[in-house]
Amino acid sequence: MIEFGVDTRDDGIGVVTPEGRLNMVSARRLKEILSELVANGTTRIVVDLGETSFLDSSGLGALVGGLKSARQAGGDLRIARVSPAVMTVFELTNLDRVLRARESVEAAFDD
Amino acid sequence: MTRRLLLIRVIVVLTSVLGLNYVVWRWLVSVNWDAWWIAVPLILAETYSLIDSLLFGLGMWRLKERGTPPPPEPGLTVDVFIATYNEPIELVMTTARAAKAIAYPHETWILDDGNRPEMRAAAEAEGLGWITRSADWAGMPRHAKAGNLNNALLSTEGEFLLILDADMIPKPEMLDHTLGFFSDESMALVQTPQYFTNVPEDDPLGSQAPLFYGPIQQGKDGWNSAFFCGSNAVIRREALMQLGVSRYVGEIEIGVHRALRTARTVLRSAKRRLGSDQPEVRVALDNILHEIGRARRELARGVALFDVTYRFQARVGAIRRELVASDLHALQADLAIIAELEGISDDPDLALGTIDDGVLEQMAHRDWSPLGAVETVQALVNAIDVDRGGEAQAVMPMATISVTEDMATCMRIHALGWKTAYHDEVLALGLAPEDLQTMLTQRLRWAQGTVQVMFKENPLVQKGLSVAQRLMYFSTMWSYLSGFAALVYIAAPVIYLTLGILPVDALSTDFFIRLIPFLIVNQLLFFVVADGRKTWRGQQYSLALFPVWIKSFTTAFGNVFLGRSLDFAVTPKTKREPTGPAWHLIRPQLVAMGVLALAVVVGIVRMVAGQANIPGSLFNMVWVAFDLLIFSVIIKAARYQGFQPDVAVTSPSPPTQGAP
Repeated sequence: MIEFGVDTRDDGIGVVTPEGRLNMVSARRLKEILSELVANGTTRIVVDLGETSFLDSSGLGALVGGLKSARQAGGDLRIARVSPAVMTVFELTNLDRVLRARESVEAAFDD
Repeated sequence: MTRRLLLIRVIVVLTSVLGLNYVVWRWLVSVNWDAWWIAVPLILAETYSLIDSLLFGLGMWRLKERGTPPPPEPGLTVDVFIATYNEPIELVMTTARAAKAIAYPHETWILDDGNRPEMRAAAEAEGLGWITRSADWAGMPRHAKAGNLNNALLSTEGEFLLILDADMIPKPEMLDHTLGFFSDESMALVQTPQYFTNVPEDDPLGSQAPLFYGPIQQGKDGWNSAFFCGSNAVIRREALMQLGVSRYVGEIEIGVHRALRTARTVLRSAKRRLGSDQPEVRVALDNILHEIGRARRELARGVALFDVTYRFQARVGAIRRELVASDLHALQADLAIIAELEGISDDPDLALGTIDDGVLEQMAHRDWSPLGAVETVQALVNAIDVDRGGEAQAVMPMATISVTEDMATCMRIHALGWKTAYHDEVLALGLAPEDLQTMLTQRLRWAQGTVQVMFKENPLVQKGLSVAQRLMYFSTMWSYLSGFAALVYIAAPVIYLTLGILPVDALSTDFFIRLIPFLIVNQLLFFVVADGRKTWRGQQYSLALFPVWIKSFTTAFGNVFLGRSLDFAVTPKTKREPTGPAWHLIRPQLVAMGVLALAVVVGIVRMVAGQANIPGSLFNMVWVAFDLLIFSVIIKAARYQGFQPDVAVTSPSPPTQGAP
């Protein structure tokens, strides 16, 4: 099973940490969490993939869906701490070309 | 190699050599250029038929007869989707109950695009899932069945999806006999035949497609290009989702480039109209132009697109806020146009990366007020930016470019490097149209969809496909062009018999010695690959439905290149009341048959009067007789009164392998 850490920092940035396998089963939960955050006013979100052991295209779909909601609300969604194994999934769909992974969660919104 | 495949290959080589020998000779030596107006169409039609035959041969070369797959591993998760729009509740429920009874563990879902409370109640009463469009779709392009499936994909989570039309009743072993193929990790899709139970032995409407759901798909399978036919297929979710995300990325990239280019044109034209009394506006426009140039350079350098557009939006937003006070009045006039821009992708044909350059050009060259221009830039980038504002879902796995989503989707899956399989076992029993009108609508829809894909995403130029895969997809599209050839095959003998004009130099021994062997071997190839399946109906309909094929071509052309509507119709699944022979539906064919028959009479008169060459006339009369034999099926179809089970007691029970 997957756990999702959800934390809103003092600077208003939401940090979501999927711990475990982010696949077709858990993707929907992630999408819901992201939508709820945006609906409650947290439009700047970092998804910390450092604890994510596995990711599939449904997981990518949930990230893209979250990005869409965040941008429509005037914010943004960033991803951080992507392992090489998870990165290959981004590369298969070329998503790495448009969505840049950040080194750290803290600095994800520095630029 | 099996002996059967060896035999097929020998005949394929023979057919190709004899066919090329005939057509090359026709081009080089025997075209009657004096009568070019019929000679050229005829040689083109013959060349068309030769290419059709060569492509068919290419498929048969790798005919792949897969046996039963190994039993599936336990524990796979499967969602069974039954797509419905307006079919009667009881018909859907019959399918749904059979789906629920499929042996391998799974969940069954009714995808009710009609959002009918009674459908929902019926589903829930029997413990079946019911899905309708989510709130995200309100006011968005719906994309018909593709949209219905895309919606369901995001609300379910099985690793595999079995897709069924509302009238396709699955057998209990359907999953046990298909899931095994997926032990190959790169297998994306397994298609099984579409077989219909409400069709009499002589199949007057040509409903069964024994050659397609059999050798043709098996040949494509040999080249890893067996394709999805919309129902009776199992799909790996990961392949679809991967396709959805990668398409999303591709369309965003194209869309943003176009948006920036258009934005630059808009600003430049606004700048030209600017009076010298507005220096602060000029500075603002220059600043935005600068930002556009910067964004384009960053993208060219490979900076991540979402970063570029985020910064761009933020900077343009800041510049705009400074300007707002200065020119509110002039802005009003532009607001309507801007709203139109924001709605640009509400039209399914104008979405994102697929939007026509011309539309953007028109927008760009309008006379904008300065502030209007700035607003436009924002609207443009919003419409085409990462939020994909004009679509219900950011990720649309099932292709939406065509009224037949299946083939386009499958081609894209192949281009990503996935495999597919065709499993030649009837695992679902369906209902075919029982009247000519419905059948014609259905065939038109398939043909339009296929031709649409040919125009929009021509397989011959798709990256990621092998040469053979490109040809296999192209071959299906090519076969729908037969309507034009049919016209020529009707006209040529009529012209000879009535006017005595021969498109060929001479009906000499040279001619027959080249043509006859080719025709014989070609039929032999059909006979051998068919292996007892009936292929004659299919051959008849490929010419007899010439008005349908021509209409599909012209309407799809109008739709893709001229932005016209296809007049798309959902194939009705319910039986229509018989109202006597439907002659009005086949008027072009009746006219053609009348003209052919009349030509024979004229030909006989001319022969008797000594005005006509006798062997030439006889040859053309045989040709006419063949045409009439082909067209005779359409008379049968018009007189068909629907399926009567009582009469059909002699029809055999459904086969397990392919269609008969």
